[in-house]
Amino acid sequence: MSVGLPHYLVVSALLFSLGLLGVVARRNVLIIYMSLELMLNAANLALVAFSRYHQQLNGQVMVFFVITIAAAEVAVGLALIVALYRRRHSVQVGDFATLRH
Amino acid sequence: MLDALFYIFAGMTLVCGGLVVANPFSRNPVTSAMFLVLTIVSLAALFVLLHAFFLAAVQVLIYAGAVMVLFLFVVMLLDVQEEEKRRLRRFSLVSGGVLALALAALLASVLGVVPVTDLSGPGLEGTTAPSAGCCSRITCSRSRSCRSCCSWPWWGWCC
Repeated sequence: MSVGLPHYLVVSALLFSLGLLGVVARRNVLIIYMSLELMLNAANLALVAFSRYHQQLNGQVMVFFVITIAAAEVAVGLALIVALYRRRHSVQVGDFATLRH
Repeated sequence: MLDALFYIFAGMTLVCGGLVVANPFSRNPVTSAMFLVLTIVSLAALFVLLHAFFLAAVQVLIYAGAVMVLFLFVVMLLDVQEEEKRRLRRFSLVSGGVLALALAALLASVLGVVPVTDLSGPGLEGTTAPSAGCCSRITCSRSRSCRSCCSWPWWGWCC
């Protein structure tokens, strides 16, 4: 069976599940951010696969904007992490629970 | 040949993605960042296999270049020595695994509903030649008659 759209969708789904596992299971904020990047990339892969399958460039344009947003999000998020670290001296999410009553 | 390349890079993506999330040999975030670079590069290779050359180049430039530098800068700015002493909590690992498996099962069921035989379509690695009758290259190749698909706002809306 030659490689087609379903193969790429399976890879995308597995990668997204891996990212979700990282977000839920890990306690380090930096690793959680990397897992978020994994999930974004999984969505990008599905978009590009659909774009290729339908022979339209709409999906690729979408992926371009997603990459831009992801880069900006990483910049803001890492700045937040550094600011949090300067207050709490920790990067574990368990130590950031002061908003909880 | 292209199928073999797909399987190689898909496996590399998934294995390196798994090592980003849970590396059994090292708890250091720098290791995770390095495996994230490998994941992104193999994803760029998958983009090349999908004929998205520009996106592959942008992926390597922005993710492996800019985002990873930012990640490594912050990881090394913060204190990573204390990190290795902490253990992964079993409850969070089990609950996260159950959640991820549930999501994978859900996506698999959705993929099972999609009629795969109907999706053979134009073929992922085939030529990009448009079907006869379409006036633009960016058109739906399966359309019988392209009435409105060639004018700008309705590119995708093929007949």
